[in-house]
Amino acid sequence: MSSPRLRARKLDIRGGLVDLSHGAGGRASAQLIDEIFRTAFDNPLLNQANDQAAFDVQAGRMVMSTDGYVIWPLFFPGGDIGSLAVHGTINDLAMAGAKPLHLAASYILEEGFPLADLRRIADSMGRAASEAGVAIVTGDTKVVERGKADGVFITTTGIGLVPPGLELSGDRARPGDVLILSGSIGDHGVAVMSKRSSLGFETEILSDSAALHGLVADMAAAAGPSLRLMRDPTRGGLAATLNEIAQQSCCGFLIEEAAIPVRPEVAAACELLGLDPLHVANEGKLVAVAAPGAAAALLRVMRAHPLGREACVIGEVVADDQCFVQMTTSFGGGRIVDWLTGEQLPRIC
Amino acid sequence: MKYIDEYRDGGLARSIAATIAKEALADRHYRFMEFCGGHTHAISRYGVEDLLPANVEMVHGPGCPVCVLPVGRIDDAIRLGMRPETTLCTYADLMRVPASGGASLLKAKAAGADIRMIYSPMDAVLIAEAEPARAVVFFAIGFETTTPSTALAIGLARRKGLTNFSVFCNHVLTPSAIRAILDTQGRPETERVRLDGFVGPAHVSTVIGTAPYVALAAEFEKPVVVAGFEPLDVVQAILMLVRQVNEGRSVVENQYIRAVTNAGNRIAQREIAEIFELRETFEWRGLGDLPASALRIREAYALFDAERRYRVVTTPAADNPACECADVLRGLKTPADCKLFGTVCSPETPMGSCMVSPEGACAAHWTYGRFRDRAKPAAPKARPVQAAA
Repeated sequence: MSSPRLRARKLDIRGGLVDLSHGAGGRASAQLIDEIFRTAFDNPLLNQANDQAAFDVQAGRMVMSTDGYVIWPLFFPGGDIGSLAVHGTINDLAMAGAKPLHLAASYILEEGFPLADLRRIADSMGRAASEAGVAIVTGDTKVVERGKADGVFITTTGIGLVPPGLELSGDRARPGDVLILSGSIGDHGVAVMSKRSSLGFETEILSDSAALHGLVADMAAAAGPSLRLMRDPTRGGLAATLNEIAQQSCCGFLIEEAAIPVRPEVAAACELLGLDPLHVANEGKLVAVAAPGAAAALLRVMRAHPLGREACVIGEVVADDQCFVQMTTSFGGGRIVDWLTGEQLPRIC
Repeated sequence: MKYIDEYRDGGLARSIAATIAKEALADRHYRFMEFCGGHTHAISRYGVEDLLPANVEMVHGPGCPVCVLPVGRIDDAIRLGMRPETTLCTYADLMRVPASGGASLLKAKAAGADIRMIYSPMDAVLIAEAEPARAVVFFAIGFETTTPSTALAIGLARRKGLTNFSVFCNHVLTPSAIRAILDTQGRPETERVRLDGFVGPAHVSTVIGTAPYVALAAEFEKPVVVAGFEPLDVVQAILMLVRQVNEGRSVVENQYIRAVTNAGNRIAQREIAEIFELRETFEWRGLGDLPASALRIREAYALFDAERRYRVVTTPAADNPACECADVLRGLKTPADCKLFGTVCSPETPMGSCMVSPEGACAAHWTYGRFRDRAKPAAPKARPVQAAA
């Protein structure tokens, strides 16, 4: 008499917790991957269930990028660690002008992490990837003992293909080029900070977390080689991004404070916390440097795209061997926009 | 942003600046000290000096609480934080202030000390309540602005019956510092700062009022205009100072009438008096030992006094000998006069306290204003000076 086929009980998503067996490579690992990740990311390459994804690529210029996500809290207004892990890596590819092709995702889970939260994060990743038209084709899951991580850490790696004729790089800004910003700054940082219990303020601001490759494709089509470079101002905010470009291109920037869009709620939160919106992180904005002749065409296509409706020129590239990012303040004076130093220090007096 | 943007209006600023330029006498040079780091920060962040005529000069004052804390007290705080049973709670600004031997609270934390950054002393009380096994010490610093909240925290801890909460008190008094700047009798000429008046404290004055400056203005014949921390407040205060100088007056005027009264906040003053008493003397970085210039916790609240509890005996420690913080704090030198500025001393690797807090004169100049230095005739390039051991 043959024994009946072993049927594992389904994961207890509602009340279950991640335990060490989920990372041990045995049946429990397979079940976790199957019921949470494969269900959420459902695509033919992942469904082959190999240790890698194999696919053909077109000849051309490839880009590759990887990013680790350790955000806290895991769920914040306008997104969560899962959607962020998809958008962030897609944007790193897109800033090279690339069309993102595939993503890989790696998880470090802390023992005791609720399976319900893990499913919520995986579903959100799957949704973000599918909306962006990019598949998560391979991945990895590890579990560490309680106290050795903080819930979940995610690393995503992506590859993409750059259309012919486009060569974007941080060292290509030239004096006279225009500097364009795609929209308001500081939304993501303030949305996340509003959920940190110790800060105790409430806001309706949502994170701007979004995949920018669609906007980038429209910009590349409109400006072609006149587009010198793009960057998404994430950690360290617009200030860090402009300083990075200035260093790479050995130039300076002259920007206008009055031209930079900041939502009143973000400005108010920054005021309360003693922060400069220029230092606060964004996850769905980009800055572009382009030849001056391309500005009008770029602004037209950006404003026609849902993620670039508030696009505007905020300044220009200037010759400066000391690479200062200078700003004319709304008040009428001049100042430097410098890198963020250490923690953002609150004012106490 | 309502109630904020009005005080940052560029059009109004240009109009007041034009009046300053018209009324400032062409043959006279005006030097005003903004006492507070909050003013220094506003002047730098909004580029206020670009609006002033060349003969109206702003001199940065000592009103940055992080900057005036002497090295010895930071050493004490690190020792408190390194005790295995203690949790040291501190404002973030203090984390990177250099202490003796290249130490800092940030480095002590990295080495395993339980040091936590908080926004309010109340957070420290809540930590003490939530973690009864930890001895929580709040590292209290600041002028009269932050003293009331420390007083309230001690009061709250007492009402909650907490026995694991104490305060390492470093609260200092503004009028004593103004006196120390002005009272240069017996000092050599090089240590006397020439000033025509003060932009007086903003938040401090909401607590103590304008009355404490009256005697100082009269005794030293220097006008004082109490002003808010918004850039338009500062520009208007400068105009009021220019007018006093031109008219030969030396009185206390209040530009910040929306928040400051003559008598100040009596409730806050009562809370302070309940818990704190004057110290005979206290060391200030840059200004030295100043009599009756700081507060300590009264005997009745000894349980909450970390100095008594842990028998803190402060050992005075020297600043880096090349660091000019002391002279910068007294208005004798500008940040760019210091050989360390921008060479080995930057906000990432501060050698002196003025480079740490965003309200410090050096940090403000580095972060917002250093592009102006290249416009001046090139000074001989300073050789980077190594940090003292």
